[in-house]
Amino acid sequence: MLEILLYIQIALCAFCLYRIIRGPTVADRMVGIDIFGILVVGICAILAILTDRMFLIDIGIAWIILSFIGTLTLAKYLSGKKLNE
Amino acid sequence: MRYVVYFIIILIFWLLITFSLSLSNIIVGAAVALLTTLLFGKYSLESNVKIIQPQRYFWFIVYLFIFLWEVIKANFDVAYRVIHPALPIKPGIVRVPLEIKSDIARTMLANSITMTPGTITMDIVGDEIFVHWIYVQSDNPEVYAEKVSGRFEKYIKKIFE
Amino acid sequence: MISSIIITIGILFNLLGCLGLIRFPDVYNRLQSATKCVTLGTCSILLGVLIHYGFVEIGVKALLSIPLLFFSATVGAHALVKGSYKAGIKLGDKSVKDDYKEEVR
Repeated sequence: MLEILLYIQIALCAFCLYRIIRGPTVADRMVGIDIFGILVVGICAILAILTDRMFLIDIGIAWIILSFIGTLTLAKYLSGKKLNE
Repeated sequence: MRYVVYFIIILIFWLLITFSLSLSNIIVGAAVALLTTLLFGKYSLESNVKIIQPQRYFWFIVYLFIFLWEVIKANFDVAYRVIHPALPIKPGIVRVPLEIKSDIARTMLANSITMTPGTITMDIVGDEIFVHWIYVQSDNPEVYAEKVSGRFEKYIKKIFE
Repeated sequence: MISSIIITIGILFNLLGCLGLIRFPDVYNRLQSATKCVTLGTCSILLGVLIHYGFVEIGVKALLSIPLLFFSATVGAHALVKGSYKAGIKLGDKSVKDDYKEEVR
């Protein structure tokens, strides 16, 4: 049961990859990257139940924070400022 | 005083997220919380009398349930628009006046608007908030001010002001 | 058993959000569907972990990452929307109203 859900969640990442590759503008690609980061947290949570390992939740928390910082940096670059302002 | 409150909140969060009560863990957590407080403490709450008033926590719990119900409704609304073959969307950016003044209350309101039916906060300029709306329901500014922010504004005013 | 049902509901919302990422016409509407549905879906997966294990170490960590995910997703969406408007990306063809235009330039 949970394995099928895990495969569905991994297949959803392919949707994000489609948007990252085909996106007509830069902003579309960045939306794809942001959503990809959130989906990986879901994959970590399902794997933590399947394999009964606890450290996968820690990886999920770290992934949330890193994806957040990456999104903010790219958004600041997009809005026309230099990165050292 | 408010630096102390900030320090205790960060230390409790650290202890919960590492989930052990050994002495070395507490020392490391205190060092990290002290550094964070010294760097970012000036952005925290404005007054510390408000923290110990119990009716604010009561309104916060009431607000939490109303907010949860609105989020679930929002998700079904967006899901209907995704599945429908003709994509029934009418997007636009509207201007909504704000009544609350303090910074943390405005942050809370902007986050609430972002998570509810088809609205994303774009910017705050002066006393007005700009919202991208997936289905603009009318042209009358009073009607959409009530629909976008009126539901949350009266509870947030009771919590933070 | 209850945790499996909650995780299934979460994956269903994730599916709808990613479908919206493919189908909607411009970047603002894509962000609308993707942020809301995917954030709620992932939050309910983490809630499923909490229900499956109860209030032990792993469950408390999953519960703590729900507000973290919530605030980071909303602030990220806000930054992306503002950045893409400042970068000069037009609203889609179906748009009916733009009050932000005279405020920027």
